[in-house]
Amino acid sequence: MRILSVSAVLFLMILLSSFHFMRQGGLKETLERGQKVYAATCIACHQADGNGSPPMNPPLVKTQWVLGDKKALIKIVLKGLKGGEIEIDGDSFYNPMPPLESILNDQQIADALTYVRKSFGNNASIVSPAEVKAVRATIK
Amino acid sequence: MKYSKYLLIFFTASSFLVACGNDSTKAKSGPLPAGDDPRLVLPDGFSALRIIKDLGRARHIAVSANGDVFVKLDKLYNGKGIYRLHDSDGDGIADDITGFGDYKGTGIAIKNGYLYASSNSEVFRYTIDESSGRVDEGSKKRIITGLVDQGQHNSKSIALDNSGNIYVNVGAPSNMCQEQDRVKGSPGKDPCPLLETAGGIWQFRADGQDQSYKESVHYATGLRNVVGLDWNTSSNDLYVMQHGRDMLFQFYPELFDQQSGANNPAEEMFRIKKGDDCGWPYCYFDNEKKQKLLNPEYGGDRNKVGRCEDKNHSILQFPGHLAPNALLFYTGNQFPEKYQNGAFIAFHGSWNRSPEPQAGYFVVFVPFKDGMPSGDWEVFADGFAGPNINKAEYRPCGLAQGPDGSLYVSDDRNGSVWKITYKK
Ligand code: HEC
Repeated sequence: MRILSVSAVLFLMILLSSFHFMRQGGLKETLERGQKVYAATCIACHQADGNGSPPMNPPLVKTQWVLGDKKALIKIVLKGLKGGEIEIDGDSFYNPMPPLESILNDQQIADALTYVRKSFGNNASIVSPAEVKAVRATIK
Repeated sequence: MKYSKYLLIFFTASSFLVACGNDSTKAKSGPLPAGDDPRLVLPDGFSALRIIKDLGRARHIAVSANGDVFVKLDKLYNGKGIYRLHDSDGDGIADDITGFGDYKGTGIAIKNGYLYASSNSEVFRYTIDESSGRVDEGSKKRIITGLVDQGQHNSKSIALDNSGNIYVNVGAPSNMCQEQDRVKGSPGKDPCPLLETAGGIWQFRADGQDQSYKESVHYATGLRNVVGLDWNTSSNDLYVMQHGRDMLFQFYPELFDQQSGANNPAEEMFRIKKGDDCGWPYCYFDNEKKQKLLNPEYGGDRNKVGRCEDKNHSILQFPGHLAPNALLFYTGNQFPEKYQNGAFIAFHGSWNRSPEPQAGYFVVFVPFKDGMPSGDWEVFADGFAGPNINKAEYRPCGLAQGPDGSLYVSDDRNGSVWKITYKK
């Protein structure tokens, strides 16, 4: 009886921790969550294929911001842009990019940016919630 | 055969370059053949000829009495923002292309021997000899200056009446006048301070100099962004097309599902009397409730009318986000009777319908009688988008009527202009 309950507890613990591991760590799950955040928050402007809607909203396909310095990228999502702040091949964009610091938490921003950096033909490293947290702390 | 034509065109273009004064710029690529003209879909009896392509952001257009087409660019092409397209060999295709004006912008119009063109904050006037299409660049006069330009909705479209006035749209640099633009949950400012210098139509004297808000009549307010507007010479009123707000589904999923968000609010046509308030940002037109209602940022719940009751109501509504970029009342007599005095509207096409498929990218016709719509709207010219509606190849942006009653349509994706004619 006792052995049974101990092993049941052990089994449960292993089960839980592997769930936990999957939730945090699995790239597939991260991308799935990222896609959901993207669909709810970014898709209106940047479109399902990441091509944007020029000249209102820019594409997210292999741009220097998407593939480049993660801190700058995270800051764009937290603080937004005024419109006309960036240029791609000589074209600027008319819409503002809304600041999303009060809308999305660190996990959601990390997931969305990981999704963007690994979709639409992009292939760059993941963004972790800790990285988002660090940038958030410096721009408060 | 084809090559000899190119050669001829090249020869004409380069000899003109040599002959030309240095203030004008020749389009480097020269005139372009219409051979690969994507088929526009038109009603029976109509046909289209593409007279130019690859000019870039070709916004509004105007045609002078000799048939030359003037194109306003919102991105400089070889350093110039206005192009004159002339057809010297009579085949309909522009083969003599000259640029002037070093500013980008949208608005352009020709009236009584003057050509008017706008940057995103000013309007200029030049004298033009309409019988030859020659513009005197030295006559350039800044008639309007200092209009709001903050990027978003900064096109300054223009229209002229028959009493020496010019009407200029100043779009609101905002989606909904929220404290934080386009941020979900951010409240709408009340009253909206943007309306003092934007979100409306301003009237100026067409022959003034350096006029700004002080010297103007604040002709209409409560218009989020108008790109297409025209003076109707038979009813003697200004008509404007408003671009409705974005983000209803994204901000209010409890009120608008994905499809309702794509179809709302209406893109609206207003008939304007001096002093009218059309309701933005407080009001929108709900295409499903068929009513002018309070916007959710201002307490709306898709039922409340509130202060929208007393606002000017639109005379025509279209599906959401189609982006009407040009309005033209047809006064020619080349087209069949049903088109006479009716309205053509060029829809630039949507972006805020995603993840629903995008829509628009066509030219619509609406019959008119006594200054009011007298029937349903119908698609007049289609096929601009090409095979993938979410990746439009061409986006209709400007309309103009030629001296022979032909209709011209410009596109600001590629920079093409088509001439549409009718033959029984
Ligand atoms: C309301 C429309 C809108 C929404 C919603 C939006 N963006 Fe943007 N985004 C823009 C615009 C417009 C710019 C360019 C602004 C400028 O130039 O000043 C931009 C710029 C960017 C850039 C840098 C430029 C580039 O194209 O690489 C990135 C990265 C980006 N957005 C990612 C996102 C992500 C991720 C989301 C969702 C979490 C998002 N955006 C939501 C409109 C939007």
